[in-house]
Amino acid sequence: MADPRVIVLGAGPAGVRAAQTLVAAGLRPVVIDEAPRAGGQIYRRPPPGFTRSAAALYGTEAGRATAVHEAFDALKAQVDYHPETLAWAIWDGVVHAAKGATALEFPYDALLLATGATDRLMPVPGWDQAGAWSLGAAQIALKAQGCGIGRRVVFAGSGPLLYLVAAQYVKAGAEVAAVLDTAPKSAQIRALPGLMARPAVLAKGLVLRAKLLRAGVPVHQGVTLTRITGSGEADGISWRDARGAEHHIAAEAVALGWHLRPETQLADLAGCALRLDPETRLWLPEIDPDGRSSVPRVYLAGDGARLLGADGAEAAGRLAALAALQDMGRPVSAAEQARLRREIARMDRFRRGLVTAFPWPAAQAAALPDETMICRCEAITAGEIRAAVTGKGAKEINRAKALSRLGMGRCQGRFCGVAGAELIAAAAGCGLDEVGRIRGQAPVKPLPVAATPEGAA
Amino acid sequence: MAFTRLAETGRPPVAFTVDGIAAEGCEGDTVMVALLTARGHLRREEFGGTPRAGFCMMGACQDCWVRLADGSRIRACTTPLSPGMDIRIDTPEDTWPTLA
Ligand SMILES: Cc1cc2nc3c(=O)[nH]c(=O)nc-3n(C[C@H](O)[C@H](O)[C@H](O)COP(=O)(O)OP(=O)(O)OC[C@H]3O[C@@H](n4cnc5c(N)ncnc54)[C@H](O)[C@@H]3O)c2cc1C
Ligand code: FES
Repeated sequence: MADPRVIVLGAGPAGVRAAQTLVAAGLRPVVIDEAPRAGGQIYRRPPPGFTRSAAALYGTEAGRATAVHEAFDALKAQVDYHPETLAWAIWDGVVHAAKGATALEFPYDALLLATGATDRLMPVPGWDQAGAWSLGAAQIALKAQGCGIGRRVVFAGSGPLLYLVAAQYVKAGAEVAAVLDTAPKSAQIRALPGLMARPAVLAKGLVLRAKLLRAGVPVHQGVTLTRITGSGEADGISWRDARGAEHHIAAEAVALGWHLRPETQLADLAGCALRLDPETRLWLPEIDPDGRSSVPRVYLAGDGARLLGADGAEAAGRLAALAALQDMGRPVSAAEQARLRREIARMDRFRRGLVTAFPWPAAQAAALPDETMICRCEAITAGEIRAAVTGKGAKEINRAKALSRLGMGRCQGRFCGVAGAELIAAAAGCGLDEVGRIRGQAPVKPLPVAATPEGAA
Repeated sequence: MAFTRLAETGRPPVAFTVDGIAAEGCEGDTVMVALLTARGHLRREEFGGTPRAGFCMMGACQDCWVRLADGSRIRACTTPLSPGMDIRIDTPEDTWPTLA
C-alpha cells in the first residue's frame, strides 16, 4: 500500500516539528508555506545577504530559533517542500495552492494545519492613516529588514509583544516615545499565579520592563487610546490616563496590537468546528488535547489553534503529528505523548495568565466613537455598523457584513472582525456567540490574477 | 513618516524609479521598505484618496498593493525590490473610478 499523503501547512515552529515527527516515522510529508524561508513568525529569517547574528535577531530565543531552522534544513531532502506557495482553499480533501501564477492541487489523507496567527487589533480613531502599523509590522520591519517604522515610535495596545517589541526598538537605537497599555496594572498583578507556570518566561518579561524603565521609556497602564493624530500621515497619539486626564504624545509612527488572533480561515474551509472562547472572546477551532479537529484526518497545531507561544507551538506540532500517525495505525510512543501533553498543559496555564494580565479591552471596542473607521479596506465606520444593527436588525455578523460591507474588503475581516463583533454585540444587546464570526472564504488571500493549473499553460 | 534604517546598512544599492523619478533602495529590501525609507505613503486609498502605507507587513491586510508601469500590481511588503522596477504611485489612473 502506498504511504499516506500527509500535508503540513505552515513551516513555523509548529509545522517544522510536525514535519520532523512525520519524517522520523518514515513518511515524506508535503510542507507548504507562503514565505520564502521556513521559520514562521517569531523565527522569521531575513533575506540572504543580511549579516546580523541569530543572537542579534532573536535575543534570548536565539538557541531555539537556530534549532528550528537547522531542524528544517536537515529535513529538506526528506519532505516535499513548497515555499512561496499560498494555500488559498481546501475542498473535498484537496488543498488548493498557488505558487506565483501556477495553480497547484494537493490531495491528502491527513492534513496538519499550522497556520499561525496575526495581530489582534482594536481600531483607534485615526488608525487608517499612513504611519499607523500593527505591532507585528513594527517587529517584522526591524527583524527582517533592519528598519524602524519611524525614528520616534509609540507602542500602544496590550500583551506581551507590546513590551517586547518596544524593548527591541530601544535596543536597535530607535526612540520609543511611550508604551501605552490599555490593561490596568491590577490585571497584571492578578495574573501572577498563572504566569508562575513558566517562571523563566515571566522573569524575561520583567527584565524587559526593567530595560524600558532604565532607557527612560514612559510606560502607562490602564490607558484609553482616543485618537491617532495627523493629517493623512500619523504624527502622534492622544490618550486618557487611568484617572481620566487627557494627554498627547508626538511620534513619527504608532504601532498597535492586542496580542494575537489565530488564523482560522483554512480550518474553517476544511469544515472544522469553531467555538467562542469566553476568556479571550475569540472564536477558536475545537480540538482535542492532541490537536484533532472536529473533522477526521484534519489536525491543528500552534498559534492557529491555541496561543501557546513558540515553544508551545513546537510541542503542539509534535503532538498533532503523533495523533495523525496514531490514527493511521502507526506505532507511537505513549510516553512521549504523555510528556508533550503535560508540557502543553503547563503552557496553557501560562497562556491563561497572559489573558488575565493583558485583557482584550472589549468595553473600549464597543464604545468606539461613531466616526471611527472600523474597516480600513472598505472605509466603514462604527456608526455605519451600528446603523446596520439598530436600523436593519442585523445582529448576526455575516448579515451585518452583507448590509454594511464590514469585513468584505481585502483583509477579509482579519483586522476589523474582532472589534466589529464587539460593536455589533453592544448595539444589539446580545452576546458574541449570537453575533457569530465572519466565515472563512476562498481565496483566503488574493491570488495572482493568472493562476493556472500546473501543466495547463 | 518615513522608515528609518537601523541595521544592515552595508548592502549594495539597487536603482528603481517611482513615478518616473530615480530612487535607490538596498539589495534585500522589500518594495515597501525601499519606498517608505524615502516617503510617508505607498498609495492613495480608493474611497477618499487618503494616503496609505500598509499595516501588517506580513501579507495579511492587503493594504500595500502598488502598481508597476506595465499595469501589474504587487504586494509591496512581500515583494523583493528588483533593479529597474518602475513603480507608479501618484499617477492619476491609479485612483479607482468613482461611480457617482
Ligand atoms: C507578527 C508576530 C510577531 C511575533 N513575535 C513574537 C516574538 O517576538 N516572541 C514570541 O515569543 N512570540 C512571537 N509571536 C508569536 C509566535 O510567532 C508564535 O508563538 C509562533 O511563531 C507560533 O508558531 P506557529 O508555527 O504556530 O505559527 P507561525 O510561526 O506563525 O507560522 C505559520 C506559518 O504558516 C504559514 N501560512 C499561514 N497561512 C498560510 C497559507 N494560507 N498558505 C501558506 N502558508 C501559510 C506562514 O507563512 C507561516 O510561516 C509573534 C507572532 C506574530 C504574528
Ligand atoms: S502591509 Fe499588510 S499585506 Fe502588505
